[in-house]
Amino acid sequence: MKNISLRGGEFLLREVEPSQVFTPEDFTSEDQAIAQAAEDFVRGEVQTRNAEIEKQAEGVTVGLLKKAGELGLLSGDLPEAYGGLNLSKTTSTLLAEKMSLQASFAVSWGAHVGIGTLPILFFGTPEQKQKYLPKLATGEMIAAFSLSEANCGSDPLSARTKATLSPDGKYYLLNGEKMWTTNAGWADLFIVFAKVDGEKFTAFIVERNFPGVSVGREEHKLGIKGSSTRRVILENAQVPVENVLHEIGKGHHVAFGVLNIGRFKLAAATLGGAKEALTIATRYAKDRQQFGQPIANFGLIRQKLAEMAIQIYALESTVYRTAGMLDEVFHGIDATAPDANAQYREADEEYPVECAILKVFGSEVLDFVADETMQIHGGFGYTEEFPAAQIYRDSRINRIFEGTNEINRLLMLDQLMRRALKGKLPGLMEKIQALRAELNQPQMPTPDPADPLEAIGRYVVNAKKAVLITAGMAAEQVGTELEEKQEIVGHLADCLIQLYAMESVWLRTRKLQQKGLDITIPLAMARVFAYDAFDKIEASARRAIHSFAEGDMLQILLTALKRYTRRTAEVNTMALRRQIAEYVTQHERAWSAAGK
Amino acid sequence: MKVLVTVKRVPDPYAKISPNADGTDIAREGLTMAVNPFDEIALEEAIRLKEAGKATEIVAVSIGGAESQEQLRTALAMGADRAILVQTEEPLDPPSIARLLAAIVQREQPQLILMGKQAIDMDDNQVGQMLAAILNLPQATFASKITIEDSTATVERETDNGIETIRVPLPAVITADLRLNEPRYVALTGIVRARTKPLETLTPADLGITPKARVRLKKVEKPPARQAGKRVADVKELVRLLKEEARVI
Repeated sequence: MKNISLRGGEFLLREVEPSQVFTPEDFTSEDQAIAQAAEDFVRGEVQTRNAEIEKQAEGVTVGLLKKAGELGLLSGDLPEAYGGLNLSKTTSTLLAEKMSLQASFAVSWGAHVGIGTLPILFFGTPEQKQKYLPKLATGEMIAAFSLSEANCGSDPLSARTKATLSPDGKYYLLNGEKMWTTNAGWADLFIVFAKVDGEKFTAFIVERNFPGVSVGREEHKLGIKGSSTRRVILENAQVPVENVLHEIGKGHHVAFGVLNIGRFKLAAATLGGAKEALTIATRYAKDRQQFGQPIANFGLIRQKLAEMAIQIYALESTVYRTAGMLDEVFHGIDATAPDANAQYREADEEYPVECAILKVFGSEVLDFVADETMQIHGGFGYTEEFPAAQIYRDSRINRIFEGTNEINRLLMLDQLMRRALKGKLPGLMEKIQALRAELNQPQMPTPDPADPLEAIGRYVVNAKKAVLITAGMAAEQVGTELEEKQEIVGHLADCLIQLYAMESVWLRTRKLQQKGLDITIPLAMARVFAYDAFDKIEASARRAIHSFAEGDMLQILLTALKRYTRRTAEVNTMALRRQIAEYVTQHERAWSAAGK
Repeated sequence: MKVLVTVKRVPDPYAKISPNADGTDIAREGLTMAVNPFDEIALEEAIRLKEAGKATEIVAVSIGGAESQEQLRTALAMGADRAILVQTEEPLDPPSIARLLAAIVQREQPQLILMGKQAIDMDDNQVGQMLAAILNLPQATFASKITIEDSTATVERETDNGIETIRVPLPAVITADLRLNEPRYVALTGIVRARTKPLETLTPADLGITPKARVRLKKVEKPPARQAGKRVADVKELVRLLKEEARVI
């Protein structure tokens, strides 16, 4: 096991130093150059062809994917041995953010480089990697991922697609129909899941040209209309036995393994989309005159612009902190080593809790930002004459795909419990016991530290205690039934999301301060975010407590919650938001130390 | 044929520019910087000459602070073979830049010097012409098409009277206009490859030059805000105002 600063789920237990986390301010000039190259391509080639992409004009998106391949924009996560650039996870996350300034293309790109390509990198044999990865790196082949079926979405293991070995033992014959395959219209290769002999859930690499493989018509979607979504139809599809991916009966490793990274990358994409929407909303608010002045002058519009910027700052802090953690576990894996796949799997399985948090948080931030972009545009936003309508439509899918946000909320707690049971969260039980003991001690309330950043640091420590005691007591009181009581799990998941984001914001802002950078705006954002996140944590924890505790226990827990969520510092959120809105309207973008 | 290309670090053409607090310069904090777009066109032309087998080596040169290395790395990522930074924090004017460049040309002995016709920050449009004068080399400015054959360049120049075609013997200084070409996107593979390409740093003293700017930047200020329009009663008043206030007729 690698020596890493924070194991998966440990953020709940331990305090972290700002120097241990990665922040966007840590990028090198080469990283910035990579981001700029990606942004130039997307702004120059992709955004300019928005209308054609959205109509799915023949060959446009696939042509852009191939052009992206020529520029190396498809090969960031791949090792050099297979034609990749072997970028660090932080840099490839920055790349994903910049590739996501046009939502349909972002989805086409993301499906190819993520869930389409990574299964082969993480689970393929050396021969499969050599055969497919270099072509996927250049865009010579475009990849897709086919897991869902009409009656199997959130429960992929219930798949009906079958694989039967041919009499001569050379092929598996696949039969069934896969739904919602992104890139199906132009993919050359599909990662398909089917049950061998109707039982053993297995992944296969299926080329489009294999006999018996075809695709259905385009689905008529609400948004991301420029991405291709079709069924993949398998009628005695002949898949050579050497195209079985990973072990027979172990398809769930493949399916769930790449979904961790997929969820994380989705959050990076929502960050790119949200920043773009904020810029569009801000320009409109400055341009649109009512009552003789730009609507950007009005308090309720400023409040929206500020809140969008704050949520984006929180998402950005959370995304890149997690990218840094992923970097620690993925760094130094030798792609050609005999145990490369085992190393990839170990790395990939470290942070499922954080990846699920990111997926939910990112998609909900983007939806909030898209909704406010629409609202700021008023009636014009509801027409196709302005970009707000497309932003609004395109955003919504993110809460649904890569595991619905409901599934991801359940997953967070499920994975935390599993890690605790496996002994991967040492000190958890002791910590909860210590908190219980602390509850019996009378405590004199002390005022918040005068320094606002110090105060946020204390909120983070206390919020962890509030969440731990609530989750710990929920597990104790409800026990194995907790899984059945999804409502409680949902409240706890909401606590985890806000806690992780709040801590990430605190760490980043502190690190900015330590670097000697101007933190006027980051500090204002951190103060408002921490204030509201703490309110949300308190509300969710209270709802959870009321759902499982009664009598004395209820009173004890409510007292504990009150103790840990007590705050005395003055926070004029109106004044702070106005300050943030001033920055946003002046720069027409979210806050950035780098000036872009 | 060795080609020398100039690469100046300038504010990103899409960045919002404002004066700094004391009006001595533009506000540079948090400002995104880029390769001067006209230099980028010059570099693209050099790369195309190399791809066509006409150029053998492309040397990118920049004059400025250490941060200009970023723009030289971009040039290396696009396709330059090596880079030279003449590092100085001194404020320079076109004659001193031309003198420094002339020293680099004498050191490198390129057959072709390709530069942007001007940099978009100061818009001087002087360095190319001055460099040619110092070195006593032929010059072809505002190039919209360049054809190299043997040791001559045929250049189409964009002038106010139309396209002028001239022929210059090499070595020569050619400055690029907007329509010469459309620069390529920087490839990620290029950025990674640029890590290992040589980037040499020199000082003006290494070149035996002590630059002394004769032109001084005195003040940077915002253009006056546009006045709101006013309503006039009749044509007579309009004519009077155009004469007396606007003074355009």
